[in-house]
Order: sequence, then structure tokens, then C-alpha cells
Amino acid sequence: MHELSLLENVREILEDHAQSQKFKKVSRVTLEIGKLSCIEPEALRFGFDVVMKGSLAEGAELIITDLEGLGHCQQCGKNTIMEALYDPCSHCGRPLTVVQGMEMKIKDLVVI
Amino acid sequence: MCGICGCGSPEQKQSHKFVFKREHHHHHDELNTGRLIQLEQDLLSKNNTYAAQNREYFKQHNIFVLNLVSSPGAGKTTLLVETIKALNGQFPIAVIEGDQQTEHDADRIRATGTPALQINTGRACHLEAMGIGQALIELGVKDNSLLAIENVGNLVCPSSFDLGEAHKVVVLSVTEGDDKPLKYSDMFYAADVMLINKTDLLPYVDFDVDRCIRYAKQVNPEIQIICLSSTKGDNFTAWTDWLSEQMQLLS
Repeated sequence: MHELSLLENVREILEDHAQSQKFKKVSRVTLEIGKLSCIEPEALRFGFDVVMKGSLAEGAELIITDLEGLGHCQQCGKNTIMEALYDPCSHCGRPLTVVQGMEMKIKDLVVI
Repeated sequence: MCGICGCGSPEQKQSHKFVFKREHHHHHDELNTGRLIQLEQDLLSKNNTYAAQNREYFKQHNIFVLNLVSSPGAGKTTLLVETIKALNGQFPIAVIEGDQQTEHDADRIRATGTPALQINTGRACHLEAMGIGQALIELGVKDNSLLAIENVGNLVCPSSFDLGEAHKVVVLSVTEGDDKPLKYSDMFYAADVMLINKTDLLPYVDFDVDRCIRYAKQVNPEIQIICLSSTKGDNFTAWTDWLSEQMQLLS
């Protein structure tokens, strides 16, 4: 359950920005999670309310958008959609270099 | 005006609800009263900042750092104890031990005369870079040394957390399944080196070394692999020679 640690990081990041960007409350948090990152969105949803309780994001809405996994083949130069890190190139079968899908980002906030 | 769909602007006359129906998730009231801040910030940005500080410290002090990861019971501590014995003082070594509870592993390392610090992570299932920075000061790691960080036994969570190490070394024992590289691909993707440990038990278990290597390379074509037995010493010099080479590259 490293999702809880990650949510604690989210809370700390929000608290840092609250000072620099002068806001007192967060009403919405949008996270962008790559499909190849080792994060389980359901676990984030499960922990979000608990971790944000008592913070400036208590009661905030959580939106999680996912980002497709994409691999580039060094051999044939084509891109393949990846469901798993071990997926080979769909054109020539060789290993892929991940170019998208490992992201785990706070995309934006709505603040008051 | 809505910062995402533009509704509420003079050009956008259609009703918000009508245009987007179910796809448009946000609460319009909040946007009318709040403001949107684009962050695009990595969830791990704090950890990554501490990891970068650690890495800079290691570089300045010529410290070669390995982050040893595995499932519980793969033999990380025994590997370290035998490594310390085999290297026999060729260069200074220090160890940071991560476990949820107990000082047992640090005690085993200290029994070899090597400085070790135990970090008890409590409920956390992995070590984080900030804790390593604090441990460095407490432990007093020498310049020109090898620092081995034994992470919490867990093949999932530690893969995401950079500690500032030169390499993640994943230890997989033959008493586990040979398909672990596929089942826990994040870890094998994040690691640069894989040690297949307890090879002396191969006659007694259903573990196909070639298949395991094939799976690991499928996830990570660049991964370096050494098969060895820490307790019986089989092929152990391949590992200690690799360490000695890495230490020479430092200076």
C-alpha cells in the first residue's frame, strides 16, 4: 500500500503550494496516473479521504485520469500501445522502450 | 468561465450539462468560486528531490551505493553478510537495514564488525530518500566506501522510490517462482542487476533458470544477471568481482 505514502506526498505538495500560491482550501485534485506505473487507482481513491482529513484538502473531490502505456521500438521505429511492461513490439516482436505510461502526477487543483 | 470546457464564456452558449453529459466530471459550482491551478507535478517530486541530494552527497564523497530489493526471505541479509566476509576489508562497507520492525538484520551485519543502522519503517512498506539522508549522518559513512541499503522485503513498493543509489539490485531466490520478473515487472524494470540466489537448492525445486532470465530480459533487456549461492559460495566471486570493479571505477 505505497499509495498511502504517495497520498501523504500529495498532501505535503498541496500544503507547500498553499503558502506560495496563497490559497486556503482545495476543492478538487486531479491526478494523472500512467497505466504502466505501479499505482492502483482504486487504492488511491480508497485512501484519499483518510489522508486528506484535517488538511486543507479535506472533503476535496478526487479525479484520476489515466494515461495509456506507449512503447517505442528501437529496431523498427514504430510505437505500440503497452498494457504491461513486458509487452513486445506488436510489429516486430522486439523489446520496447517505454515512452509514456509511467507518469504519476498532480495535474491540477481547484482552490479557494 | 470553466477552465476545462470553456462553458460560461461569451462564445460558449450551450448548456454545460447538455454538451458533456457523463464525460464531464467536475463540479461547476466549485469552478465558479475557485480557481484552477495547473501543477503538472510528479507525486514523487519530494522524494526525488531528497534522492538527488543523496546522490550528490555520494558523488562528492565517492560512495558507491546499492539498493537491494527482493521479496521477504530471498536472502538479502545473508548475501550481505557473506559479501562482507568475502571482500575481507578490501574497502570500507556500511549497511542501512530497512525493516518494518526489529533490529535483527542490523545485528547480523554488526556481528561482522561492519557499521549498520536499522531503519524501522513501521507501517511503511519501503524506504524513502529522506530517511536515507538522515541515516547517512547518523551512521557516518566513510569516503570511498560501499554503502549497501537493504530495503524492506517487498517486490512492489520500493520500485517507485529512488534513494539516490547507483543501482537497484533485485535478489530473486530459486525457492520463489521463475515467473516473478513478469508478475512483479515494475521491480525488474527498475533494477539494473538481478541476482538469482540459493542456486544450491535448484535440484530440489521446480525453478527454470533460463526461463527466469528470459522473462527478466523481456521486461528489461539491459539487466545484468548473476546466479549464485550465498550460503554455499557457488559463483559468489562473480558478484564480489563485479563489486570490486565498480569500486575501482569510482576512483
